[in-house]
Amino acid sequence: MLRAALERLSQKRRTVAFPDGAPNLPDRLRGLPVIDAAKCPAACLAAPACAAACPMGAMRPGLGVGGTPLIDLGKCLYCTDCMAACPTGAITFGRDYRLAVRKREHLHFRGEALRLAEALEKRTRKLFGRSLKLRQVSAGGCNACEADLNVLTTIVFDLGRFGIDFVASPRHADGLMITGPVPENMREALRKCYDATPDPKIVIASGACAISGGPFAGLPESHDGADAVVPVDLYIPGCPPHPITALDGMLRLLGRI
Amino acid sequence: MQPDLTMRNGESVPAHLVPVLDFESLRTFLVGEVRGGGRLAALFGLPGLPGAGGAVRVLAVVARDGAGILRPVVSEVGDRYPALTPDIPQAHLFERELSEQFGVIPVGHPRLKPVRYHTPGTFNPAAPAAPRPLPADTDFFRVEGDEVHEVAVGPIHAGVIEPGHFRFQCHGETVFHLEIALGFQHRGIEAALEGGLVGPLAAGGQGFGRIPHFIATAAGDTTIGHTLAWCRIMESLSGTTVPERAGLFRLIALELERLANHTGDLGALAGDVAYLPTMSFCGRLRGDFLNMTALLCGNRFGRGLVVPGGVAFDADAARLAELRGRFESTFRDVEGAADLLFETPSVRARFEHTGEISRDTATALGLVGPAARACGIARDVRVDHPFGAYRRLAARAASWPSGDVYARAFVRRQEIRESARLIRAAIDALVALDALPQGDIRQGEPDSWPRPLAPESLAVSLVEGWRGEICHVALTDAQGGVVRYKMIDPSFHNWEGLAMALRGRAISDFPLCNKSFNLSYCGHDL
Repeated sequence: MLRAALERLSQKRRTVAFPDGAPNLPDRLRGLPVIDAAKCPAACLAAPACAAACPMGAMRPGLGVGGTPLIDLGKCLYCTDCMAACPTGAITFGRDYRLAVRKREHLHFRGEALRLAEALEKRTRKLFGRSLKLRQVSAGGCNACEADLNVLTTIVFDLGRFGIDFVASPRHADGLMITGPVPENMREALRKCYDATPDPKIVIASGACAISGGPFAGLPESHDGADAVVPVDLYIPGCPPHPITALDGMLRLLGRI
Repeated sequence: MQPDLTMRNGESVPAHLVPVLDFESLRTFLVGEVRGGGRLAALFGLPGLPGAGGAVRVLAVVARDGAGILRPVVSEVGDRYPALTPDIPQAHLFERELSEQFGVIPVGHPRLKPVRYHTPGTFNPAAPAAPRPLPADTDFFRVEGDEVHEVAVGPIHAGVIEPGHFRFQCHGETVFHLEIALGFQHRGIEAALEGGLVGPLAAGGQGFGRIPHFIATAAGDTTIGHTLAWCRIMESLSGTTVPERAGLFRLIALELERLANHTGDLGALAGDVAYLPTMSFCGRLRGDFLNMTALLCGNRFGRGLVVPGGVAFDADAARLAELRGRFESTFRDVEGAADLLFETPSVRARFEHTGEISRDTATALGLVGPAARACGIARDVRVDHPFGAYRRLAARAASWPSGDVYARAFVRRQEIRESARLIRAAIDALVALDALPQGDIRQGEPDSWPRPLAPESLAVSLVEGWRGEICHVALTDAQGGVVRYKMIDPSFHNWEGLAMALRGRAISDFPLCNKSFNLSYCGHDL
């Protein structure tokens, strides 16, 4: 008992200051991509090397600011293949961790300010604003998204201080937190879990797979994301999303940021 | 005739050298090898040879851990063949997979059911059409009796965890039998990799397209392990040598992955026996190790860090110093948290004699990784089949004989210390190498990849991931295209170990036993 107390003293308080203070993020974090249109020669804009290099087909030429490619942040795996392919160094991944949005099309990033998630409507916010219980469903998730959601419940992020919690049954839940591309073998189970969650309820799709199918988009076993099966209220991009990105999204949804 | 081809880990050989046996000789060979200390590292189907009457073939790779050699053999199986499982229990899941993928029947298999519940016979155009059941919709082994009852759990579980279905046959609290049905996570990775290196999926990017992402997400918590196994296959088939500097970074990445997961597991085990101090400490410390991986590459799981030919991110002296500083402080705290756990009598009382499996059972099932080492079987790819920087900084295998939850926890604890030793040695070696020009972290320019692969060759790559042996096998055609890519996650060998650990135990011990194995669902389901 005494040893446990001493160890506790030695390991100190570890909860992050976020959202009141700035998050501590790695300097090489691959956050919101930035394209510097000034560095894009006209010839390249017509047939951008970055878009051709994207393994996910997440970039659409000409639809962004100044004729730059549009980036679908819901398909992007933040893998930097585009960066490596760019002949002029115009594209970089910044350290902006704020990526979560309310609607799928808001992830079609043109280079302007991202339309970050707005708070829930007044009535649902009144219900969930101070206590949000979520049921996590992994539907083909590779355990990276799951692990980095699980980490939110540790003393570092201490999700409970915001009244958010992961619960064991859909009957106890106010909503679902879905990861994975929803493979055929999980489609029915996910649907049943959604139906078992009492109304009103919200759904959060976390990670590229749950938003668009991720690397599995278009494969025969994949349903290409949660919104093929259930309506989604919050999209958190990333592969996997950094825990701070997920926390930021949830707090925005509850109107706490 | 005794087949005489032997390979080393990470080697590739011309496919025509692989001995072709008739099926009874294959059985005799495998039975003899397994009896003599060999182990089935892989057993999987290959499409029949082109031309009339090309029957489905099976490729087996036997690992001789003591001798550090691998012995591949091939045989034809046809539509039906007498099952190997009655003679070689560790073939049980391999044969179920073969049957599901190729539509062949291993006659006499004791529990012939699907593994992943995809459309049967997808790997064999000639396979007869068969209905596709959903996982857990099939029959389960049942114990009959007035007082016997059945408990079904899953696919969706109480925690933040992947889906699987568990069916317990119980008498009161006592579990007579546990059957585990997986497949819910099946995303079709293996089928997507078939021919993928020359197909449309390879378009874009650094020439490998989506393939690195399939490998990295096969089991996301083992991103480094699986990516390393795949890269070594690509390097082997293209005759590439990895720079020494890159090899050391790979070792650090693989050991950080092991440290993160082992630390997380010790915390979760503490949580399952309601010992909250270690649970809280380890929850944080696990993340600290992930953040060290992010210090190297920006991603907590090491996505994009290991690439064919080396690594994609370098670290200068300042970054290495930062890594070392963080590592030492985190490791000190892990030691403190682990000491508390193992010195608390109530924890030991719950860990000891819970979920025991015997060494014989572990050997028969061909368990790998900490689960095997916790039964006194000191098999470890880093030691038995060393690769990369492990050839220089020799690893030592942990082991503990008791086969229970305690042993599985204690082996992790030992391995945390060994990983710490290896990481320190690797950082030292990197600092010593620093006199060399920076940037020597990848063989050739990035756009020199993908490189042409040796035609008609077989490559085998083993990596000791944190759960145990990761085995990748690739076979190329006359054009150097990959015609069969097989990946075997350690979980594939070990799930049956969990089922056996529950025999005769109270059902309330299941969460603790399950956590002590902490197996991958998606790594099994692919």
